[in-house]
Amino acid sequence: MSADLTDIATGLARQARAGEHIEVAVGRGVSTTVKAYGGQVESFTSAESFGVGVRVLVERDGGMAQGFAHAGSFDADVLAETLQDARDNAGFAEADPWQGLAEPDGVAAVVQELWDDRLAAFPTERKTELALELERATRSWSPKVKGVRVASYGDSSSEFALASTAGIGSAGRATSAWLSVSCMAGDETETHMGYGVDVARQPGGLDLEAVAEEAADQAVRLIGARQVPSQRLTLVLEPKLAATMLAIIGSMLCGDAVVKGRTPFADRLGQSIASPLLTLVDDPTDPRSMGADTFDGEGLACRRNVLIDQGELRAFLHNSYTARRAGARSTASAVRGSRSLPGVGPQALAVAPGSRPYEELLAGVDHGILVQSMSGLHSGVNTTSGDFSVGAEGLMIRNGVLAEPVREVTIASTLPRLLLDLVAVGAEIEWLPGGSGSAALVFGEIALSGS
Amino acid sequence: MLDPDLIRRTLDAALQRGADFAELFVEDVRSSSAALDDGRIEELVSGRDRGAGIRVVVGDTTGFAHTADLSEPGLLETARVAAAAARDGGGGVRQVAAGTVVAHRAAAIAVDPASVGKAEKVALLQRADHAARAAHRAVSQVAARYGDVRRRVLIANSDGVLVGDDLTKTSFSVSAVAKGDAGLQTGRMSVGRVAGFELFDRYDVDELARGAAERAVRKLDARPAPSGTLAVVIAGGSGGVLFHEACGHGLEADLVNKGASVFAGRKGELVASPLVTLIDDGTLPGEWGYFGYDDEGQPAQRNVLIEQGVLTDFMYDHLRARDDRRRPTGNGRRQSYRHLPMVRMTNTYINGGDDDPAAIIAGTDHGVYVAQLGGGQVNTASGDFVFGMTEAYLIEHGEITEPLRDGNLIGNGPAALAAIDAVGNDFSMGYPGTCGKDGQGVPVGMGTPTLRVPALTVGGTAA
Repeated sequence: MSADLTDIATGLARQARAGEHIEVAVGRGVSTTVKAYGGQVESFTSAESFGVGVRVLVERDGGMAQGFAHAGSFDADVLAETLQDARDNAGFAEADPWQGLAEPDGVAAVVQELWDDRLAAFPTERKTELALELERATRSWSPKVKGVRVASYGDSSSEFALASTAGIGSAGRATSAWLSVSCMAGDETETHMGYGVDVARQPGGLDLEAVAEEAADQAVRLIGARQVPSQRLTLVLEPKLAATMLAIIGSMLCGDAVVKGRTPFADRLGQSIASPLLTLVDDPTDPRSMGADTFDGEGLACRRNVLIDQGELRAFLHNSYTARRAGARSTASAVRGSRSLPGVGPQALAVAPGSRPYEELLAGVDHGILVQSMSGLHSGVNTTSGDFSVGAEGLMIRNGVLAEPVREVTIASTLPRLLLDLVAVGAEIEWLPGGSGSAALVFGEIALSGS
Repeated sequence: MLDPDLIRRTLDAALQRGADFAELFVEDVRSSSAALDDGRIEELVSGRDRGAGIRVVVGDTTGFAHTADLSEPGLLETARVAAAAARDGGGGVRQVAAGTVVAHRAAAIAVDPASVGKAEKVALLQRADHAARAAHRAVSQVAARYGDVRRRVLIANSDGVLVGDDLTKTSFSVSAVAKGDAGLQTGRMSVGRVAGFELFDRYDVDELARGAAERAVRKLDARPAPSGTLAVVIAGGSGGVLFHEACGHGLEADLVNKGASVFAGRKGELVASPLVTLIDDGTLPGEWGYFGYDDEGQPAQRNVLIEQGVLTDFMYDHLRARDDRRRPTGNGRRQSYRHLPMVRMTNTYINGGDDDPAAIIAGTDHGVYVAQLGGGQVNTASGDFVFGMTEAYLIEHGEITEPLRDGNLIGNGPAALAAIDAVGNDFSMGYPGTCGKDGQGVPVGMGTPTLRVPALTVGGTAA
């Protein structure tokens, strides 16, 4: 199947005219989603999607002007029109001296096996059963679970090919399967939500009981939650939320924000920006990560990038454009779908583990909060100014022990401050559905806002 | 968009194994956008997407399949897959009812964006860049984006609905970064309407750009927001986010019927201050959440959800209305043909009140004035919601004083609604929004007059 995607990509790229450079990204995927509710299949979705994106760069005024077009079909007339649209768009963009396609850089590919044949062999009835089983397991985890909003099984098989006039040609394929559930727990007077998820390359790799437990436990342990008075205290994040925090930090270390002066870390390379306990690495060649990949979104071989080493800012992530502009090399961090231009982003961001197990970290906190969910990340986190303020739910920690549940509070700081306030990193790395790997993190002080 | 005979054959194929309901949703979207950043027009993007989603309902189970192939074999195969997904429900083969509703709507636009040259669109971005930079020396970065999209849909179902809708939307946004001694700050302005290029007769891009620049510059001197429970005065317009989050989502019947809403079972009860009359209205011409027909073929409707504090109704799509044996309310929406419809808001707003907005501020001894809101989020089960403040000031002794840094506010929906003690007479609609739910984004409008909530928790860092 990959062969014909590559044919489509190279066929379009070959139509480049003199002074024109073309990159074509093509993707195709089939997916299944089963949602269970009330012991029945609520919906069963079966789908096939196509996408093609064409980037045309035209040499002009000492630089290159870029145009892009995308479409959701491989019909010959659509492909021709998409190329023409991209060409037309390039005519109206401004020439940019740093613009250009990625050039092969000689870095050898570390081939990742992201495809598992067991997904194709997995019977449809079993997919339905998994969704129904997940609902049952979540409901029966505790009598306090009042209901399940939805329990889902999903999977996808996708292929991707890229070709460019700069001599880049890459192709890949990947499978994934996931289970997720959201449930309610409580009594007549209050209801709390919990969410659980797991992702693997094939259904056999999914831990259904763990997903049910994650959701049910989250909801149940919030029963009786109250708002607490405003105070300053220690913040503990379990691996899942720690990874969310790391993803925010990662986005502030991306080349596009750096070259355009949109991150407070733009001119801090080589300086200490975090606690010496923090070492942050983006390594898509680590097969433990669901974000592992052989090539980036511009067809360069993925590689290991150390961003923060014992608190010192060592590197930013770059695609070929931001690298050229910053006078650096691409870190092969172009991220994209076939319908979008290559951006910059981490794929498998992970912290280096610390030495103390989670239980010991908790035991060392006299007065703190274990936050289990954050809300308003899109409205309360400003990666340019660094302001950080989000809604939070979780459990108080008193004298090293988890205490009463808390809701309707916010936690706030600034992102640069938080990095310096890191006081402990847990010893156990957990690989999360989004591709990142994290241990529990403890931050010395945060402002909690409540009553 | 499709030949009527082919529509009928597709629905017949969907119903062939027996089903309660079958639906064909065809969509054709063409979009174009241009983006300026860092003083340079750097992205011009064209997109086209066309396809069909077919839904087959058997009992409580929905089978769904979609395809980009609108040929007869493509549609018939997709119908077969959707029917198989719904499995045999035991019902007999049904014939498609004769078309009871056959209609087509198209929102009137004055200037088709497709007829406007790209050079003219690009020129708007350059004007915005110049205006923002000229507004203040401290402006260090400007990004601006122009976008237009035309979405045509056709919906046919086994109840005999056959309708089409044709919407053109145009939008423009500009964001500025200002650099000061204490770091970077951001300001943003965005507008969008169901309209063509005449959007720019209504809005001046220079003014929008200056607005974004001034917001960023003003915040350079901002102090950390207070931490704790305070009176919060919310400016008209984008303050509608408060209602979207505090109660809008909780009034969606899919969440209500699953017990995932604090408002379940409370119809007829007083759930808000008597000052609050909340309306969701897909018929508001030109507004971002406007449409002729929803994505299940129901005409857009004006629905009063809360009347003088009393909960009068929930919002419904086809399936939830069927479950409750009532009519849908025109709230069945989906992101694209690749998605199943669900209950979504359209344009959500509260009616204006009697209070003078200046008097509301003057009557607040100590609190926060939120001039511009960012997005928000709600936990519908507990009712706790947050929304971001992207331009806010301290109120001291009835006067607006110092600017505050960005942050979130948190409150509980039913508690906040009940506490509202002042509603201004200055109603306006806010900026265009995208509402996210279960992984699908749809365009929504929001509006409100100036209002006051006597106690919300402000998520700052200052003691």
